Amino acid sequence: MNEQQQTLWGFMSEQSDKLLNQTLQHLGLTFISLLFAIAIGLPLGILIARKRKLSTGILGLAGILQTVPSIALLGFMIPVLGIGAKPAIVALLIYALLPIIRNTYTGIIGIDRHIIESARALGMSKMQILLKVELPLAMPVILAGIRTATVINVGVATLASYIAAGGLGEFIFGGISLNNTNMILAGAIPAALLAVILDFLLSIIQKMDFKKLRKVLYVFPVLIIVLSGFYILPSAYSSRLTAGFTPEFMGRQDGDLGLKSEYGLKIHTIVISDAVMYKAAYSKELDVISGYSTDGRLKAFDLKILKDDKGIFPPYYAAPIVRETSLEKFPELEKVLNLLSGKITDSIMTDLNYRTDYLHQAPERVAKDFLVKNKLYKDSRNGQNGTVRIGSKIFGEQYILAEMYSMLIKGNTDYNVSTKTGLGGTKICFDALVNDQIDFYPEYTGTGLLVL
Amino acid sequence: MIELKSVSKSFGNTQAVDQISFKVNEKENLVLLGTSGCGKTTTLKMINRLIEPDAGEIIINGKDITNQNPEILRRGIGYVMQNIGLFPHYNIAENIAVVPKLLKWDKEKTHQRIAELIEKLHLPNNCLKMFPHELSGGQQQRVGLARALVTDPAVLLMDEPFGALDNVTRSSIQAEFKALEELKRKTIVMVTHDVQEAFELADRICLMDKGEIIQIGTPKDLLYNPTNDFARKFLDGQRLALEFKVITLQDLWGFLPADQISNGEKPLDASSNIWNAMENIRSTSNGRIRVSNTNKEQKSVDFQQLTQAFNQYKYNHHHE
Repeated sequence: MNEQQQTLWGFMSEQSDKLLNQTLQHLGLTFISLLFAIAIGLPLGILIARKRKLSTGILGLAGILQTVPSIALLGFMIPVLGIGAKPAIVALLIYALLPIIRNTYTGIIGIDRHIIESARALGMSKMQILLKVELPLAMPVILAGIRTATVINVGVATLASYIAAGGLGEFIFGGISLNNTNMILAGAIPAALLAVILDFLLSIIQKMDFKKLRKVLYVFPVLIIVLSGFYILPSAYSSRLTAGFTPEFMGRQDGDLGLKSEYGLKIHTIVISDAVMYKAAYSKELDVISGYSTDGRLKAFDLKILKDDKGIFPPYYAAPIVRETSLEKFPELEKVLNLLSGKITDSIMTDLNYRTDYLHQAPERVAKDFLVKNKLYKDSRNGQNGTVRIGSKIFGEQYILAEMYSMLIKGNTDYNVSTKTGLGGTKICFDALVNDQIDFYPEYTGTGLLVL
Repeated sequence: MIELKSVSKSFGNTQAVDQISFKVNEKENLVLLGTSGCGKTTTLKMINRLIEPDAGEIIINGKDITNQNPEILRRGIGYVMQNIGLFPHYNIAENIAVVPKLLKWDKEKTHQRIAELIEKLHLPNNCLKMFPHELSGGQQQRVGLARALVTDPAVLLMDEPFGALDNVTRSSIQAEFKALEELKRKTIVMVTHDVQEAFELADRICLMDKGEIIQIGTPKDLLYNPTNDFARKFLDGQRLALEFKVITLQDLWGFLPADQISNGEKPLDASSNIWNAMENIRSTSNGRIRVSNTNKEQKSVDFQQLTQAFNQYKYNHHHE
């Protein structure tokens, strides 16, 4: 344990430049989106406090936006806003909106109506009432909303690395992909600390009495703008050609490291999630990506595969990685798994992927069609002789492979099958395997070697 | 000074105020009296346009208020309300200075005026930097009064100004209120449901019910010449106490014995009411007061003589 902490410290000091940069980006991203969320949410909150009929509609809409999964929201925005800073800021802004609108609204309508009446009776105009009475009195509640929004934003901003917007997510998701615990912690610990510290600081402001609060409120907007500045500075990209690589690809010898050392590739590189990478290349946001040669979207989006003439990439074949103990527990399993070997070539896999990714056919149907065509399909024997647990990563090809194995096992043995699809990356699949949560999952020979 | 001409207001299907008209003379204190929901507060709030009337005219100093900017209008009318409505985020000095600030008074003038009011309203000097929640209810109400008086407006509207106070505080503030010179030169419209309070403070009372005026007149008129059953029943049960408040020593002058004046009696003006005289007698050691009227005549009275005089006055009154 002690040794691990030292290596984490070692990793962090070794990567201190990156760490500082990512932390500043993270802060900047959080606050620039917060700034926009306040600029939009505060007036909206005031508006619905004035015209209460609108409140249900606007709060409902903000609530619905809040429930859209973050990665899906980021995906939706690529066609409109591209990748990088813009969609990330907009997505964060959307998540920050609800607490700010709602708290502004409840803060204002919660003010004792006699105070408002006395302000009117003294001859204050509507604007004077808003600025001198309503907003100052609603401020503790509004600040509570800003506090919630800030903490949400620190969390969601880790996902910004999926669409090449930087931040501490680069370490976190890179580490998950590369099975590097120190890297995960180097991103996760600062992110958690940011959330805790910001929450604490805002709680102090929120609890101040009116006397002190008045002074702080002049400083607060300035502070947000300064912190937002952290993000604007590093996000000024200048390269003509831009590559988007997955966090995993970035850290692998048979990836960005190899491209640099063997090919001497000097290209502006940004980190992006494979979920949105292809779309970004298609919409010309990226020029080079680290795609899977078998991915159906290559065909769908008309992308060209570059040839690896220096051979830095080992051959990739899909092969199940199985627990030793599972082979002993299910003696017939090995035979069944081998039924597929040699049947799937790159071009066949690409075609299968194309059918799910582009023609939007269900993975089950694609898998069954393939097995029927190759005369491997047998009806399920509805076996009760134990359950084999199959894992898969979160993309189409793995779903298809998992379905094929599932059908083969059900048709050829008396075992039952449960599939655990949608595991986040190599590390998660591998950890699940090691900890006896799954019996096997489809992996690629190159990756499998690296992990083991 | 203030004139309402067939003013009406309804909220939905409820007719809150139905075609009422009255005049308030300069430096007069008119009390709108009635049970809750009778339309008295709505009437008051229409005078500074917190509520806009549906029909009718309201004229202050010869000008129709609908032609004036409501905010400018309100800055010229003092307003005191039951819930006080002090701004919790302003300290006391800032609370009192709201209207001077809106009128862009210079700081020195505001400062002097606030110091003057603090003195007159018996507020502690160190309260200026305090926040409203640090003051007692009675002190808060004085600050509310100071806020309304700070620019010395000619017209003052008061909505149940003593309603939120406990009995002891209320009667002491009422007494100060009556004695305050500044208020004697103001035209005041005050709303209350408390009959005692109305009789204590009003020059004239406007008794309202269901959005209409039942009777408008001096406290004595209401007590002795009620126009209908409602007006009569409204005062039932408190008649004796009200008579003590309405009838002054001057009214009883003829029935008071012309005894010897001795030194050391507490002096009292004949314009005081019976209630007041009784309280003064109780607080003296020898049980006597010396009453002087406007003709500089003096009489010495004790409790028994006072009640006798009152009974004779009443007997005569009924048989006039």
